Amino acid sequence: MSPDFLKLIFGRLTFESLPLHEPIVVGTFVVVALGGAALLGGLTYFRLWGYLWREWFTTVDHKRIGIMYMILGIVMLLRGFADALMMRGQQMLAFGGSEGYLNAHHYDQVFTAHGVIMIFFVAMPLVTGLMNYVVPLQIGARDVSFPFLNNFSFWMTVGGAVLVMASLFIGEFARTGWLAYPPLSNIGYSPDVGVDYYIWALQVAGVGTTLSGINLICTIVKLRCPGMTMMKMPVFTWTSLCTNVLIVASFPVLTVVLALLSLDRYVGTNFFTNDFGGSPMMYVNLIWIWGHPEVYILVLPAFGIFSEVTSTFSGKRLFGYTSMVYATVVITILSYLVWLHHFFTMGSGASVNSFFGITTMIISIPTGAKMFNWLFTMYRGRIRYELPMMWTIAFMLTFVIGGMTGVLLAVPPADFVLHNSLFLIAHFHNVIIGGVVFGAFAGINYWFPKAFGFKLDPFWGKMSFWFWVTGFYLAFMPLYVLGLMGVTRRLRVFDDPSLQIWFVIAAIGALFIFIGILSMLMQFAVSLLKREQLKDVTGDPWDARTLEWATSSPPPDYNFAFTPVVHDNDAWWDMKKRGYQRPLTGFKPIHMPSSTGTGIILAGFATAMGFGLIWYMWWLAAASFIAMLAVGIGHTFNYHRDFDIPAEDIIRTEDARTKLLAGAK
Amino acid sequence: MSRLKILALLPLAAALSGCDYVVLAPAGDIAAQQRDLVIISTVLMLLIVLPVMALTALFAWRYRQSNTAARYEPEWDHSTKLELVIWSAPLLIIVCLGALTWMGTHLLDPYRTLGRIHADRAVDQSKAPLEVDVVALDWKWLFIYPGYGIATVNELAAPVDRPINFRITASSVMNSFYIPALAGQIYAMPGMETKLHAVVNHPGTYKGFSANYSGAGFSGMHFNFKGLDDKGFDAWIASAKSAGGSLGRAEYLQLEKPSQNEPVRRWGSVDADLYRLILNMCVETGKMCQSEMMAIDAKGGAGHQGLNNTLPLAYDKYARRGTALGPEPSFVAGTCTPDAPQGRTTASITAPTDTMPLIGAGLKRPSFTPLKSSSFFLGQRPKSDS
Repeated sequence: MSPDFLKLIFGRLTFESLPLHEPIVVGTFVVVALGGAALLGGLTYFRLWGYLWREWFTTVDHKRIGIMYMILGIVMLLRGFADALMMRGQQMLAFGGSEGYLNAHHYDQVFTAHGVIMIFFVAMPLVTGLMNYVVPLQIGARDVSFPFLNNFSFWMTVGGAVLVMASLFIGEFARTGWLAYPPLSNIGYSPDVGVDYYIWALQVAGVGTTLSGINLICTIVKLRCPGMTMMKMPVFTWTSLCTNVLIVASFPVLTVVLALLSLDRYVGTNFFTNDFGGSPMMYVNLIWIWGHPEVYILVLPAFGIFSEVTSTFSGKRLFGYTSMVYATVVITILSYLVWLHHFFTMGSGASVNSFFGITTMIISIPTGAKMFNWLFTMYRGRIRYELPMMWTIAFMLTFVIGGMTGVLLAVPPADFVLHNSLFLIAHFHNVIIGGVVFGAFAGINYWFPKAFGFKLDPFWGKMSFWFWVTGFYLAFMPLYVLGLMGVTRRLRVFDDPSLQIWFVIAAIGALFIFIGILSMLMQFAVSLLKREQLKDVTGDPWDARTLEWATSSPPPDYNFAFTPVVHDNDAWWDMKKRGYQRPLTGFKPIHMPSSTGTGIILAGFATAMGFGLIWYMWWLAAASFIAMLAVGIGHTFNYHRDFDIPAEDIIRTEDARTKLLAGAK
Repeated sequence: MSRLKILALLPLAAALSGCDYVVLAPAGDIAAQQRDLVIISTVLMLLIVLPVMALTALFAWRYRQSNTAARYEPEWDHSTKLELVIWSAPLLIIVCLGALTWMGTHLLDPYRTLGRIHADRAVDQSKAPLEVDVVALDWKWLFIYPGYGIATVNELAAPVDRPINFRITASSVMNSFYIPALAGQIYAMPGMETKLHAVVNHPGTYKGFSANYSGAGFSGMHFNFKGLDDKGFDAWIASAKSAGGSLGRAEYLQLEKPSQNEPVRRWGSVDADLYRLILNMCVETGKMCQSEMMAIDAKGGAGHQGLNNTLPLAYDKYARRGTALGPEPSFVAGTCTPDAPQGRTTASITAPTDTMPLIGAGLKRPSFTPLKSSSFFLGQRPKSDS
């Protein structure tokens, strides 16, 4: 075969692209391949493919899609955390002339992949998954507004994750840092496929995120049950609404800035080049106009979770509901006015810098108000220390430290000495782990019994909690210290041996977190085995307050046999107080959307198109694009989009629950 | 204020032993003022953070389920008075911090010339500041001393108590020029110039490095910054001079090729025009300087004929570099004024001789006496005012 022909078929992809010379990667590949083969073999042996395809992959049920988002987030957490362990190991070892065990080529990919994966494929899926699962239940809806779109959004997110994972074994990932600043990320300085993997992974996943944002906004605005005015929505729904508004307003900016970068790389335009009037500073501005709201996209739902948890486990109405809502809205708006604080050191004038410094500080006012609201929700409450509440207390104590260092970094002259240092790294891990991750874990422990009908095992939950929390402090407090010693981020080797001890402590912290993650997996496994002991038949194991606890656990496909009517903020609490009786008769058929495989097929072609563009396999990109169009148009001729659940089925489901409830008393 | 600062430093002092907290104990006045801001802002925020943490712990303990003696009011969810406190307490802190930020950002603007060299010493106007041109290369630092006609790689020296004016650019990708002991950092970007004004007060050798990841050799991209007394500095200049060698355009093009962990290098003489050419991305003969292009554009552009100029403009160090149109100058070279394309250079921001920042034009000084003996960034105040 002629080289030209091979090039036509495989583009840039050759045998040399496979990282066979990197023993670490080869070892990983062997483990992943064996594990993958075992998984696929198991699925085939137990004949689960049909079940998975019918019940999960093609489902349009928001609950199942929510669960799949959570699984994606947890799987990717393992990958992202493996990167973190490698970094901590390298920085701990590379002292006194030692090069450590990672060369620059590998190390620079590791820290880039860590950032990209943790933000886009761990934090985002966890947050989106919780919103997907909980929001329709909280507002008394049967599903989201556009169930098929929801399935498609999920699979696009998976497509992006697949591309990032593929870069580990086929070619390489970007070596630019997680935001890929040009000129370094431009074709002149990063001619390899790494940045192209970065671009197309984020573009494919970004479509999913944007569409899911539109979907949830429509759901919250249009599908609330009777009586639920905006100011009677649960706080988690409010924060979800604000988050999705942020997504819809900011992700297009990311899409455009990455599109401009790919034009620079693919067709030789000069948006962000050094010459021909290109401006790398423009890229830095644009990416942070997306990037700062992204932080709030992640943390607002976590704030919502903490509000639900605090009020439930304090047995008390949420203090200052109205000010909580306004604080959320204010944060939403202000998050667009602060992006420049990520680069005070790029040479803006003093007036510009102080403007953005002060707007950043102003955000801490509504955030502080939220903190006080949780505090006074606990005040004169009866606090039950179940796992969600433990995570919430850990959050409150941890997040204030991160908030404080954040405001400190917002003072431009202080930022000049701390920018890009390990102090900054400690700060944002402090808010993202202390806020988003603790929030996600509080949410998982809180809503798990709703999703599966049994609680999570408290012993392994507490193990996970204590290892995570102490691990966090051990891993990141040394980074604050190192930042004050003027140590900058992303260094691979160090000269000064006096720094080593701090990196050793940080590495021990990372190991603690690792045990925390393993304990969490253990918690899932043990809970599954002990599900009969941990069973909850009431549907309301925490004596909770909002509507999702009014239905059974797990909820039926249709969520509520009758659409509830709401009179109070804490709708379910109010219903319980007024002696609500579950209706036992008068069931009618329920109109529901049908499952469809179109979402996963479209996302598969989109991923293939991304892969083709990355490797310059133009035929593959073109064919996949045409296939996407064909499948998309073909789907418009699918008239089997909905069906009615017959009344008999509903009667059977509801009667079974009636018996269960009677048995529980 | 100074007492507060000492209090804030106490817990840190315990951890300080044996380690070099250079950000908290710098050697230059600018970094010291930035350090003061770090500490004052932290103390201001602790005013609210510590009570919040204490209250969290207290409420979490007091209102635990097993403590049935504590009051339980499940319906209590609003208090206008509390809400007022909740919103106004952080607001007050932010008002203070915001005022501090506004003043501090303007007074410590890296583009601004120095008004003082130390908390109690004004700038000696008779001495000219030291000019240093900084170029971030892949992956090393080039320092050009235009006043002395020497250049070094990965070594920087300056006399103590003499203001230094840095002009900073880069050859390929973004870096950040940072000497923690001297002053805060500022980005170094190709085709663009940033500025930094600073002064070192204590002799010594300090670390400098790039604080913005710039590729494979980033970890080795550091240098020593030497604060020397006048005599030592003269000796250092003399030793550079005697190192011989000359850094011209051809040598620069060799030097800028990517290399890692470069040792210190010195040149006794340097092409006086080199920094301008680097900044305008036209060191290689035959390239059009950015300033020339800007001058053409300022005059309305060269129309279709301008297309002929695009190749000599291309600046791509590894892929496309080469004199595509041969070494002859492009035909527009004579039509513009290269240095000041639009008839003006960047105005420098000069520090006022009177460093009292709060007085607007035509306003009277406030009657209170400002805090004394503070190394706080407001600087030396005239003692004569009422």
